[in-house]
Amino acid sequence: MEDHYFHSVTLDASLCKGCTVCIKGCPTEAIRVQKGRAWIIPERCIDCGECIRTCPSGAKKAISDPISLLEQFDYCVAIPAPTLYGQFRASVSCNRILTALKSLGFDDVYEVAAAAEILSHETRDFLIQNKGKGTFISSSCPVIVRLVESRFPSLLDQLVPMISPMELSARIVKEREKDRPGKVGVFFISPCAAKVTDVKNPRGITHSSVDGVIGIKDIYKELKLAVSQVEEEEPLNKASALGISWARTDGEGAAVNSENHISVDGIDHVIDVLENLENGHIRDVDFVELMSCPGGCVGGPLAVENPYVARSIVSIREGRHREEESLSYAESFHPPKGVDLLWTEQLESRATHLLDPDYKTAIKMMEEIEIIRKGLPGLDCGSCGAPSCRALAEDIVLGKTSETDCVFKLREKIRDLTREMIQLESRMPPGLDR
Amino acid sequence: MNFEYQVTGDDFSLAGRASSDIKKKLKQLGIPSCTIKRTAISMYEAEINMVIHADGGSISINIDDDIISIVLKDTGPGIPDLALAMQEGYTTASEAARELGFGAGMGLMNIKRNSDNLTIDSIVGQGTTVTILLKIGE
Repeated sequence: MEDHYFHSVTLDASLCKGCTVCIKGCPTEAIRVQKGRAWIIPERCIDCGECIRTCPSGAKKAISDPISLLEQFDYCVAIPAPTLYGQFRASVSCNRILTALKSLGFDDVYEVAAAAEILSHETRDFLIQNKGKGTFISSSCPVIVRLVESRFPSLLDQLVPMISPMELSARIVKEREKDRPGKVGVFFISPCAAKVTDVKNPRGITHSSVDGVIGIKDIYKELKLAVSQVEEEEPLNKASALGISWARTDGEGAAVNSENHISVDGIDHVIDVLENLENGHIRDVDFVELMSCPGGCVGGPLAVENPYVARSIVSIREGRHREEESLSYAESFHPPKGVDLLWTEQLESRATHLLDPDYKTAIKMMEEIEIIRKGLPGLDCGSCGAPSCRALAEDIVLGKTSETDCVFKLREKIRDLTREMIQLESRMPPGLDR
Repeated sequence: MNFEYQVTGDDFSLAGRASSDIKKKLKQLGIPSCTIKRTAISMYEAEINMVIHADGGSISINIDDDIISIVLKDTGPGIPDLALAMQEGYTTASEAARELGFGAGMGLMNIKRNSDNLTIDSIVGQGTTVTILLKIGE
């Protein structure tokens, strides 16, 4: 059993300058700066990678698996995310990219885009069967699943209870290779930090069929060289435009083909939509595709190309594939026999901001928080190391810090002390005081 | 414990802030998800109504052991025919509000559906007080 709070997003303390930039952008208020360096509250982090994007010192990093992990397996299969196709100029064919990827030490490749096609059709059927039961939320982005668990648990029932395209790809490969002697390893080629976490601590299933997650950026140099050295392209590309489109915002939404869907990217926009869903403001929408990264998976922290350039390349490839419909996925959009698509585990609320399990104690703590908050300047300057005055008030009541962490409160205290000292200094001993 | 909010009228960009803030507090207190959802929907609808029809007002929320009470007070135009206002689809919202997706005539019905008790006291020309009660529980 892996550590309950394993996270791929980590901090390199030697690079952190304690600048507090990261604490402001964290959507779950999971970062604090203390003693000159940032630290991540593990139970709050959802591995969205926002801190990786915003850290000016490059101190936030995503851990992924090294390619040397392949040595531990007898037969290795790469399952590249559709985003990989956005990392190379549109003139480089999908087959060339896949052939080059295979040459890095893999025995075979299976496109996650192909599994995405199967899931598009299954989700479409699911939405038809559940018509009228409210708005369903895509569960393909692992950050969104974790965000709903921690900040919007009332929406847990609205998540589409299906495994991700990455997971389905791994299951398909494992099913196909089940009679192969030796140890079969499946490796996701990922633009996404949260997928590393999702493999170690999956949601909705007990364990992942993926054996390793390799960041695109970590193999990009070798892959680029290999792409230029391909002599004969193998016909490895089976996925059509439908699956490739999942790399960008609205790819999944459009592929699911619901009558009323919305597609949202960027964690702030996603939170806004979830707030609106919880408030009952979003109605007449069957399906929401929520992507944590800007532009969708092409904006993932482990991708290399600019997300907007990558999105454009993906769109060009989609257009080209649509013209060659013969490439359409061979398994007719149905999962192979023996491969299950549904979640088997119930998702639970992970109330990471709960003040205390005892309601009466929590109320008392909140009353204290309100009193402390009203005494703070309300500037949300972040110099105390907390993202807002309210967060500092919470930390004080939770016993994690003190009021003098606020520079304004500290100054107030010093001023009071100075005044008191001056007053004391002016007092003479009673015998001399005439 | 009690929380007070001031709501600005006709500013749709700020509408819903009080509802979001109280929702966050309820989550910190460990209130069950279903109660939070019902509270969020009820309060949001009432808050939006206040923005659309009454040029803002004040919201007072009291949370005790087993009841959440929300009192929304405004000094707006009042509701001339409460029975008509409670009918689904009936709306007096401005064109601007409807263009923004508000004012579909579902608000009061939604509050009624999601709360345990709804009381509306309204005097034309003086204002409206909406009181929403929600039992805390699964």
